[in-house]
Amino acid sequence: MSDAAANQPLKTADGIPLKASLARAESRARRKAFLLVLPLLAFILITFIAPIGQMLHQSFYNEGFTVREDVVSGKRTPIMVNLKQWFDENPQGSEPDEAAYAALAADLLHLQELRAAGSAGTRINYERSGSRSMFTKGARNAKKLEPPYKEAILDLDDEWSDPELWQVMRDASSGYTINFYLAALDRAKNADGEIVMVDPERQVYVKLFIRTLVLSLLITFLTFILGYPIAHLLATLPLRYSNLLMILVLLPFWTSLLVRTTSWMVLLQSQGVVNDALVASGLLGDENRLQMMYNQAGTVIAMTHILLPFMVLPLYSVMRPINPSYVRAARSLGATSFTAFRRVYFPQTIPGIGAGALLVFILSVGYYITPALVGGADGQLISNLIAFHMQKSLNWSLAAALAALLLGGILILYWLYDRLVGIDNLKLG
Amino acid sequence: MALPSYATTGEKIWHYTYLTICSLIFLFLIAPILIVIPLSFNIEPYFTFTKKMLSLDPTGYSMRWYDLLLTFGMIAPDAPRDASWWADAWENAKWINAAKNSIIIGFFSTVIATTLGTIAALGLSRPEMPFRRVIMATLISPMIVPIIIVATGLFFFYSKISIQDWGIPYLGVVLAHATLGIPFVIITVTATLVGFDHSLSRAAASLGAGPTRTFFKIQMPLILPGVISGALFAFVTSFDEVVVVLFVGGLDEQTIPRQMWNGIREQISPAILSVATILVVISVLLLATVELLRRRSERLRGVTPR
Repeated sequence: MSDAAANQPLKTADGIPLKASLARAESRARRKAFLLVLPLLAFILITFIAPIGQMLHQSFYNEGFTVREDVVSGKRTPIMVNLKQWFDENPQGSEPDEAAYAALAADLLHLQELRAAGSAGTRINYERSGSRSMFTKGARNAKKLEPPYKEAILDLDDEWSDPELWQVMRDASSGYTINFYLAALDRAKNADGEIVMVDPERQVYVKLFIRTLVLSLLITFLTFILGYPIAHLLATLPLRYSNLLMILVLLPFWTSLLVRTTSWMVLLQSQGVVNDALVASGLLGDENRLQMMYNQAGTVIAMTHILLPFMVLPLYSVMRPINPSYVRAARSLGATSFTAFRRVYFPQTIPGIGAGALLVFILSVGYYITPALVGGADGQLISNLIAFHMQKSLNWSLAAALAALLLGGILILYWLYDRLVGIDNLKLG
Repeated sequence: MALPSYATTGEKIWHYTYLTICSLIFLFLIAPILIVIPLSFNIEPYFTFTKKMLSLDPTGYSMRWYDLLLTFGMIAPDAPRDASWWADAWENAKWINAAKNSIIIGFFSTVIATTLGTIAALGLSRPEMPFRRVIMATLISPMIVPIIIVATGLFFFYSKISIQDWGIPYLGVVLAHATLGIPFVIITVTATLVGFDHSLSRAAASLGAGPTRTFFKIQMPLILPGVISGALFAFVTSFDEVVVVLFVGGLDEQTIPRQMWNGIREQISPAILSVATILVVISVLLLATVELLRRRSERLRGVTPR
């Protein structure tokens, strides 16, 4: 009897095995915790993740050449259907024959009826400049086209026979395409569908990505050079002084970004405070005032100032707990102050340097406002080009592809930050 | 940081050089922010100190740019300044309208961000929370992802669901700003909860308080400083945000940063500096509030400053 009781699993007062009861209590606690987070998670999913998903979709899907959506009624009409059929029936690299031109002529007529030649042409124009006018002209004259269509269309504009154009139309006719990513990396498909670099004078994006990386590295380095000494000073001063000095670091952090950028515009203008001070002190002639704004120098100076607190705060939080007796011990063992710093103090601050540098780098790679205002032409970063394609050139798919590439880079860095530093250690003042 | 008595001459020189370098760096940090304050009182439309300003001549200073903030956009700016003039300013002055919009958007986005963020932080700081790391990373990501990507995504998304036809003013911008403010609320509130003594809530439960009552009577007062500073962060984030407003805001949704942005891009006038001065004063006040709250929170939780 007693043996049998000992072999029985432990039970709670209501007769349920303890293990099961515990598991149930634990899963209830987990559910409860998760339910608290759920509303916010749903909110972020709708207002943040879904928009970014939409953007990623836009980066490889563009229906400018497949569907015409009426602005007023929202009615969607498929366009270029005949041409699409011809592309489906004939493999990549087929010479466009009379049937192809007949399909094109039928589609141009359809475009004319829908008044959609402009938007369809724009889609082709993204990848082959000069194509939009060919479409509008072709659609205008579509009614007059008569067989043989090949000759009739080539009479309108002999560029219609360009194999590159046919390659672009083939890609665009399906909606889904990787061409915007290729364009974002300065690549394009040639007439045979192979991926090649675009003309050297049109290679801008890779250069801009590299410039963004180089300037971000430079800014990270400068914030480190400027941030390390003052973080060290703040960490070694008695708390009542360091708290006061900390305000000088936190005030820029709390001040509007636009205010800080405006201040730098005021300071750096050629008629601004810095130049005036230099001229007044005789260091600079009135005629050769320094050009510090609307170029890379402006971007670097203003961004270093703006991002400096993000370097100082993580450094400070790592330096503050460092025990000063380590350095004293090194000194008493005969190290010079420089050796003591290099061999004992500095290695202990490396986690802070990593955290600050990674944070500053992540933030500076995606910076938009400051370069847009003080960067001029050569101080622009990749974000500014995304804004340009969104607002000026209206090539939204290319903007989305550039943004997706930037986002990919940022997420890798963010993952690295989480692994090395941990998001929980992110502190704000 | 005092110099030890065994310091050599070289070390003494280095010590004072180091202090000088640090002072210069602090100057670099703070001077650009303070420089706009005197310049905003310039009587001339220049961005530099005039001779009169440098000699502290009162005729070199004026309030004209602050006055311009009031009158810009008014129907009858030169009318006598009676009640109807002020009504005109309240209705039509561009900067006043921008301030109204900014405050409305900031208020609602802060309320959303703080409510959802605080509840989520309570869940995140429980030890049983599943997938804590991934969820935390997701919730903080709006702070890390470049604003231009957020704005681009929202532009596509909002035009897809045609949010402007829903008839709720400011909705798109408010939701976006709430999203951008959430990471700050999460960070500050979870930081306050780190030192939270859970036996207090258990004690409350054992004395017969339900979960809601325990929350409002025990947890809430203790984490309130963190919640308020999170809310201030969220408000400042919204109050300072320009890119999303530019991308998805309607034409009538002019906020202060957007108005500043237009002012800087088109032709920068000293009126921008007077706005900047007002914003600097506001940020000083906010910083002071957050500092006080932080100290209060440390005192409440019995954490003595190191």
